Amino acid sequence: MSSLSRDDVAKLAGLARIEMSEEELVALSNEFTVILDAVARVQEVAGADVEATSHPLPLRNVFRTDVVVPSLTPEEALSGAPAQEEQRFRVPQILGEE
Amino acid sequence: MIRSSAAEMAAKLVTGEVTSVALTQAHLDRIASVDADVHAFLHVDTEGALAQAAAIDAKRAKGEKLSPLAGVPLALKDVMAQKGIPTTCGSKILEGWRPPYDSTVVANLKKNDIVILGKTNMDEFAMGSSTENSAYGPTHNPWDLTRIPGGSGGGSSAALAAFEAPLAIGTDTGGSIRQPAAVTGTVGVKPTYGGVSRYGLVAFSSSLDQAGPCARTVLDAALLHEAIAGHDPKDSTSIKAPVPQVVAAAKSGDVKGMKIGVVKELNGDGYQAGVRARFEESLELLAKAGAEIVEVSAPNFEYALAAYYLIAPSECSSNLARFDAMRYGLRVGDVDGAAAESVMNLTREVGFGKEVKRRIILGTYALSSGYYDAYYGSAQKVRTLITQDFTNAFTKADVLVSPTCPTTAFKIGEKANDPLAMYLNDIATIPVNMAGIGGMSLPSGLADEDGLPVGFQIMSPVMKDERMYSVGAALEAALLSKWGAPLLDKAPIMGGSK
Repeated sequence: MSSLSRDDVAKLAGLARIEMSEEELVALSNEFTVILDAVARVQEVAGADVEATSHPLPLRNVFRTDVVVPSLTPEEALSGAPAQEEQRFRVPQILGEE
Repeated sequence: MIRSSAAEMAAKLVTGEVTSVALTQAHLDRIASVDADVHAFLHVDTEGALAQAAAIDAKRAKGEKLSPLAGVPLALKDVMAQKGIPTTCGSKILEGWRPPYDSTVVANLKKNDIVILGKTNMDEFAMGSSTENSAYGPTHNPWDLTRIPGGSGGGSSAALAAFEAPLAIGTDTGGSIRQPAAVTGTVGVKPTYGGVSRYGLVAFSSSLDQAGPCARTVLDAALLHEAIAGHDPKDSTSIKAPVPQVVAAAKSGDVKGMKIGVVKELNGDGYQAGVRARFEESLELLAKAGAEIVEVSAPNFEYALAAYYLIAPSECSSNLARFDAMRYGLRVGDVDGAAAESVMNLTREVGFGKEVKRRIILGTYALSSGYYDAYYGSAQKVRTLITQDFTNAFTKADVLVSPTCPTTAFKIGEKANDPLAMYLNDIATIPVNMAGIGGMSLPSGLADEDGLPVGFQIMSPVMKDERMYSVGAALEAALLSKWGAPLLDKAPIMGGSK
């Protein structure tokens, strides 16, 4: 039987960049015991001789000619930005933490 | 006027019996009178729709040659980017976002002069089967307002069933067009993967997502299908081939000599009695119309649901990483000195709903080192086995059929706290997405035990979409002559007007 502890969920939430309350962590860890049991069934038929399919179309390296076409203006590209400065996205501090 | 089919509306526009402005206004009036109860729409673009309609009327007056659906109104699922119009995907994280560009589907709708009335409600990021996961509240099924309209495209299906629009756009990752169609007595088609461009469709699970037409008749769905389909250089997974001739197929509805394969595994236990009865009845009608009914087996379909709930969450955990509070959408916790990571964590906590978080965490787990082979890797192998089952089945039959869903519409709230029970709704629709083939749901009648609509699913091989339209049109015609009137005439009359 597969299961995820409260701490496992907390680690995953950190990787997925989602803050979670204690209640959410516990609730998800309980749910995952059931969900993982259900999805683990794929292992019953996934033998070593079966190839994996990642995509429904047999596509590889789709190319197009490199032609310059009109694109968004800086104003349009920034139109949904939570914050901007000098025609750039203004983001919170990334370096210099700790 | 609003109860006609889109094809009938288009014919009246051509003869000048009605203008697009009048037709659009009639639908806007209908929305104003019933949408407080149905809640199919998240945004109604009254001004934009009327302006578009007036421009189309002017073109027609000048004698310009217009496309078959020119001037007919449509409801657009809120997963599609439309320039300048709020696009939320049913999520708080995109509240207030107005895309600076049109998705290719929207560009095609505009090119075909189809009037866009507004954006319809959906489960957040298309994750769900009931539209209860929308951050903006649930949509109600016009057949019974206490029940779900299906999901994720419940807004689009409800808008059709409530006569708020004759056409709608949906997207189908595991059944989000077909299951809502089934439970509302409408028609929904998931084209072959790659048949319709995904450019500007907010991505949930890129290898499964496919946009398609929703309507009240098979011919209307075909007309809309041809309007939105075709190769798009902006989507590298769109198929470079002519669009299947679905309108011609829907007009002929000829099934003489066609082999129709009943998928043994998508029936029986777990399927409601009334669903099975309507399915058997439809098979008899198709046999009477000249088709040969055969039984086919797809032994690996029983693993499809498990594989889907690994593949879709895995792809979603990656796709939804873009909602990082940096370039667009919600930003929370950006106080002086706050680090980017903390802003991301807080924004995604507030911006995402419960089901979206559940799937992101599940996907993150399935892709994590040490578990990748056991979960995501195994699911990809199951995907191969399902595709092989389809390939084998299509050597014995031209199309495959099954009930669209195991049950009719359930009550709002009934399954909200049981994710696995909710996932089971999609048991018959998911295999189609896994293999990238075409699938259609059309109404096959009402279940005796609850008087609610039942869907009939038709599946066709890759880029043979015309086959499901032939079968759908044949069945629709046979059922119509049996009933004497469209199924939706049996739905409760809402808003007091016809």
